[in-house]
Order: sequence, then structure tokens, then C-alpha cells
Amino acid sequence: MSTIQDRVIAIIAEQAVLEPADVTLDSTLEDLGIDSLGLVESIFAIEEAFDISVPFNANEPEKSDFDISSVRSIIAGIERLIAEQA
Amino acid sequence: MKRVVITGAGTINALGHDVPSTLESMREGRCGIGDLEFKDVERLSIRIGGQVKGYDPVARFNRQQLALYDRFTQFTLISAREAIRQAGLEFTGELAARAGAILGNSGGGMTTLDENYRSVYEEGKNRVHPFVVPKLMNNAAASHLSMEFNLKGPTFTVSTACASSNHAMAQAFQMVHGGITPVMVTGGSESMLCFGGVKAWEGLRVMSRDACRPFSANRNGMVQGEGAAIFVFEELEHAKKRGACILAEVLGFAMTSDAADIVMPSKQGASRAIEGALRDARVNRDEVGYINAHGTGTAANDKTECAAVADVFGHHADKLMITSTKSMHAHLIGATGAVELLACIMALRDGIIAPTIGYEEPDPECALDVVPNEAREAQVEVALSNAFAFGGLNAVLALRRFA
Repeated sequence: MSTIQDRVIAIIAEQAVLEPADVTLDSTLEDLGIDSLGLVESIFAIEEAFDISVPFNANEPEKSDFDISSVRSIIAGIERLIAEQA
Repeated sequence: MKRVVITGAGTINALGHDVPSTLESMREGRCGIGDLEFKDVERLSIRIGGQVKGYDPVARFNRQQLALYDRFTQFTLISAREAIRQAGLEFTGELAARAGAILGNSGGGMTTLDENYRSVYEEGKNRVHPFVVPKLMNNAAASHLSMEFNLKGPTFTVSTACASSNHAMAQAFQMVHGGITPVMVTGGSESMLCFGGVKAWEGLRVMSRDACRPFSANRNGMVQGEGAAIFVFEELEHAKKRGACILAEVLGFAMTSDAADIVMPSKQGASRAIEGALRDARVNRDEVGYINAHGTGTAANDKTECAAVADVFGHHADKLMITSTKSMHAHLIGATGAVELLACIMALRDGIIAPTIGYEEPDPECALDVVPNEAREAQVEVALSNAFAFGGLNAVLALRRFA
């Protein structure tokens, strides 16, 4: 079973049409060329993969209780959501 | 006023995945209606349709595109690529700023709606893909068309059930005719062949279980199809200047409303639209050699339409040919007028009249020359295309052979 980090990176890489190796923890979504539609599609894919609900509103991303500023922060947010659910 | 010609055509429908194969099927009188193939079809009592078969979306679009393109958008883009390639136009600068796209569509992304309803209601899921709305909205096809080809002028979708495409093409014609833009991309697209889409139509009890036999005494209803056809409407001088190949001239149109009944057709509404189109096109009735009928194959439509044609044309009604190509490609609802315009172009340009197939028994209430079962060669100067929609909304286009 791959780690949460590997699985999230795989989802983001697919969205960005990149190899997982090209997605680093410090990458931002902008760096990866993921636009607003790509972001909501990634969040959907993450929710489906981990069966969690990500509190994200595209109207006010900065107010959402979910930090999307980098791949690292996204992974941290997902790990927290999974832990809270367990 | 500017003269308007057609300089490009594209299609995908049950008869073919492009214009040449579709016209060949029409010439051969081939039937594109067959067994429907989709999930839960065994729960339907109507199991035939004019479905686009042998089509692989992955061969035409990438993953990101498919996440956003419902089947009706895919059909639109495939048809538009063929039409715009044939026209040989590139939309840049001033032309891009003025040219737009007006499309007919009735059901929007019915397959997308069906799949997602299934997932939340039947499978009990509480999450749907984020692109459900941009995928199913009726204007999605027109918008993606504008994005792919850089069309920045008037762009919208017309939804008048079975007359959607004719209303859309009439509106596009008017914009070029009136000098608003030298080029418009127009036509229509539809894809309602999914469980929910056909189930809804079943409820009306107007669908045939075995075949679409317009004008035949033993006709027993309509058969639903899917697909698209897209055209490039261009101002004549603009087309001539660049040496474009001209398929036919669009002369005019008329639109009427029955203001009477939500489903039953009206002879007066239909005849007013036909008369209006002749007047707008400034043609004498005896110049009309071919009518592509609305010809749904229902008891009510076909006799009403024939009565309207007889009223408008008098003795000439016995000399003109009127066929329903729905017998082959089925009823594409919001796209039907667009696919049927191809039969008008074939009549005018190639001198071949697409037949009404499935014709088995003469009906005294449809006693016109319906070119039964086999195509016919005939030189036609003027052709009309009828569309009479649910809701009593009628739109008739008039075209002339371009020589």
C-alpha cells in the first residue's frame, strides 16, 4: 500500500499531466499549471480516493480550513482529515 | 442585404461519422436505426434508436477534454472540425472578433445528468464530479466550439425542441444577411440516448418499437436519434473573394408559433411558416422542387404536415418531392434540422433526393411524392427544410442551388 503522500502526488501529477517524479513537495499548483478547474477536480479525486470531505470553497480559498499553498500543505491537510476521521 | 452561402459542412450521426459517409448512406437508403446499447436498456420498452455506433471518444479527445465534454459537445466539435476544415477558414483578428456560433440543442448534457442522478440516487453517493454543471449546460457545446476555433462574436444556444437547429440556423443566417458578421458557425447537436432520456420519451407513448416509417399508412411513431451537424454560413462576396467552395445558398426563413397546444401540431402554424419562408426567400412556389419534411413518423405530424404542404402549394404539391430522412437517421430532436439540411444540400448540389425509407403502405392523408425507399436523381433549384416542434414552434428554411 503506497503512502498518503504518494497517492496525493499521483493524483496531482495526473491532473497536471506530469510524471509523479516531477511533482515535488515544494511545488505550488501554479508551478504545476493546475488552474481553478484543475484544483476542484483534484480535490474531487482526493475525496474519492480517501473517502474524506475536504472543506474547500473556491470563492474564498484563503478562508478555507485547508491550505493549498503547496503540495506539502495539501498532503498535511489530507493527513489531518484522515486522522480526524479515524 | 448580403447574400448568404454555405461553405462548410460537418456531421456525425447514425448514418456516418462525416458528411461523405452520411450522404452515401442517404443515397443508398440505408437505415441507421438499430438496437440501443447503454446501461439499463433492458428496463425500457423502447429499445431502438439512431445511435452513433463505432465511436471512440478517446480517439478524438484527451482526458481533460473528456472530463468537460458531454457527448453532445463531442459531437458538436467533431462536426465543427469537419465543417471549418472544408470552409478553409482561420479565425483571427477582425474575422474572429465578428464571427460567432449559434447552435440548436434541446436536452443539454442528458447523459451527464443521467449518470450523476444514478450515482446520487441509485448508488447513494454523496459526491459528484465538479464539472457536472459546465458539462451539462445547454450552451456548453457552443462555448467549447467558440474556444476551439477562436470565435469571439455572437455565440449562444437556441432551445426550441425539435426546431432548435432550424431556429439557430435562421438566426445565424440573419446575422450574416444583415451584415453583422461575414461568417457564422451554426447547426445543432443532441444526445439524449441514455436510460433516463429514452424513459422520458417512452412516457409520451409516441415512440415506435420497431421502425420510423414516415408517411406510410402503417407508421407507428417516432424513433429517437443522436448526433450533430455544423455548417459555416458565409457572406457570398467574402466567400468568393477567397475562392471558397460553395455548397448552397441560404435564401431565407420564417418562424411561427401555433399558440395552440403543447404537443399537437397545427396545420395553420406549419403552413404559415412554409408560406413565410417562400416570401422571405422571394421564390415562387413552383420553383420548390424538394422539401425535407419534419416527417416524424407519428400519426399526427405526418398528416398535418402533408395537409399544410398541400394548402400552400396547391397543384404544385403533386409535382414537388417531400421526404423524411428521419426514416434513416431517426429524430435528432434539437439537432435534427441540421442533419436534415445535409439532405437539402445533396438535393441542390448533387441532384440526388434522399428517400423516405421504411415506406410500406400509401396513406390517403399523405398523398404526396415522398420518394419511397429509393433515392432519385432530379435537378432541384429551391429546397425547403421544415421543423415543427413540440410547443407549437415552427421554423422553415429556404435554400437555392448555387450555380
